[in-house]
Amino acid sequence: MRRLVSDTLVIAERNLVRLPRAPDLLLAFTVQPVMFVLLFAYVFGGAIRAPGGSYIDYLIPGIMVQNIAFGGFVTALGLNEDVHKGLIDRFRSLPMARPAVLAGRTLADVVTNTLSIIVLLTTGLIIGFTFHASLLEILAGVGILLLFGYAFSWVFALLGLLVSSPEAANSVGFIAVFPLTFISSAFVPVATMPPVLRAFAKVNPFTIVVDAMRALWIGFPAHNYPWEAVLWSLAILVIFAPLAVWKYRRTAGQ
Amino acid sequence: MASRSSPPSTLPVTRPGAGSGDGDAAIVVTGLEKSFGDVRALAGVDLSAQRGTVLGLLGPNGAGKTTVVRVLTTLLKPDAGTIRVVGLDAVHDAAALRHRIGLAGQYAAVDENLTGLENLTMVGRLYGERRPRAKQRGQELLERFDLTEAASRAVKTYSGGMRRRLDLAAALVAKPEVLFLDEPTTGLDPRSRLALWETIEELVADGTTVLLTTQYLDEADRLADTIAVIDHGLVIAEGTPDHLKDRVGGERLEVRLDDERDADKAVAALESISDDRPAVEGALVKLSVRRRAGAIVEAVRRLDEAGVGVDDLVLRRPTLDDVFLSLTGHAAEDAISEEEAA
Repeated sequence: MRRLVSDTLVIAERNLVRLPRAPDLLLAFTVQPVMFVLLFAYVFGGAIRAPGGSYIDYLIPGIMVQNIAFGGFVTALGLNEDVHKGLIDRFRSLPMARPAVLAGRTLADVVTNTLSIIVLLTTGLIIGFTFHASLLEILAGVGILLLFGYAFSWVFALLGLLVSSPEAANSVGFIAVFPLTFISSAFVPVATMPPVLRAFAKVNPFTIVVDAMRALWIGFPAHNYPWEAVLWSLAILVIFAPLAVWKYRRTAGQ
Repeated sequence: MASRSSPPSTLPVTRPGAGSGDGDAAIVVTGLEKSFGDVRALAGVDLSAQRGTVLGLLGPNGAGKTTVVRVLTTLLKPDAGTIRVVGLDAVHDAAALRHRIGLAGQYAAVDENLTGLENLTMVGRLYGERRPRAKQRGQELLERFDLTEAASRAVKTYSGGMRRRLDLAAALVAKPEVLFLDEPTTGLDPRSRLALWETIEELVADGTTVLLTTQYLDEADRLADTIAVIDHGLVIAEGTPDHLKDRVGGERLEVRLDDERDADKAVAALESISDDRPAVEGALVKLSVRRRAGAIVEAVRRLDEAGVGVDDLVLRRPTLDDVFLSLTGHAAEDAISEEEAA
């Protein structure tokens, strides 16, 4: 167990140290989400009638959930690269804790996700986003974001090990995650969608997490959304983390 | 039993089984089998290597060399057979074995975005060392591999030879008793190749046992104490390089004649210095000669005496193709590629 923790930290450090040296990655964490916020707020925003009045208030929790879900993409691409460049073979020939390569990656994602949250929240506040929440509720929202992002990192870890190339990880990832994020309450009220999409959107975990965020940050009705968001995140984690570790042992075994 | 001193291990691991029953063998493999789906990558491989020696696995792409390395380094589980490395079972004692072996390969498995020193420090820490010691060991290795100047540069700025040296350094972080090198010089320029050979020779002189896979006969010839030739997942020949070359025949001498009508005269002139009857393909006469020294001079003298005009004359060493041709009767290329098999 002690080895698992220390090996995980070594791998997490490895993945974070390289960040400042890969400017394209850093752009993905900073400029790209800001661009999305500005596009949605000013291009689509005028045409969308948001419940509660302010579209920016409505948008920020949604776009942050979308962004955090994509945060794990680095893990999919990075793991896939490690497999192809033989680094996974090196790691597996070392007497290190087996899950540490994946646990370290996903832990590094938590750090980069935190960075994204800070960048997005700052952008939001500059363009007029206002909290209707206590400090505790704001922090609870950040907690849900990070937990949901962490769970999705494990989905991406599995994806990175399953696909044959970083390009494939990219396209499969987008095909899987884009509909999930767009057919949800992230950008528009679910009630405006045609019935089939609406039905999907209502059970979509993204909708639940976004609604939880809105409940915590801008005072929308809470119902049980925050708890359901936590449960969804834990369910994704409990399913995908063991699957990814299983696949890691097998992938490297080919 | 010879009291050969084995290299000190950095880690306080006891050595169950070492020296018990295996004599001085560092690697003993019997009946190793491995299939990927329908493809039989290894069909019953037997190998052994004494401590402090180099075992060369020679074979074309897809012969099963890499699969052998992956099973012996605990990356793959075998379907059948027993594998003992430094007295440890590669399946049941895999965790303990990983402390005592090093792996370097054709991919140069280092992180491009980290510096050389960061790479080695990371590997040291993953062996369970604390950061200061791992870093110190990393610096030692960088110095040894002539990478000190590049220590704090990201690996993506390294040349191919530098990467390969760093990869080898990473495999040596824990001072392994057995080093596995999977095609260590594939894709390297001749100078880097020679430098790497010298490094491997130093390691062996220090007592490290090396298992090396290669597609190049000259590499196996230079480094290996024993060569096992692998084809289609089986060891088809085993022995010292000299033993193997005797089976293959000597150097190849190829003479291109000015006029192909002189072929018969050329064959008659050269027959007595050739191991077997020279082969004729148009204006090209091919023969194998046991002794390299003086072969060209002798051939030219004889052809001149016979009045045969020579356009070109080449002496070349036997290649992997020649080995395969004489051992199996088929060329090396028709083997299925390992990538397809995996």
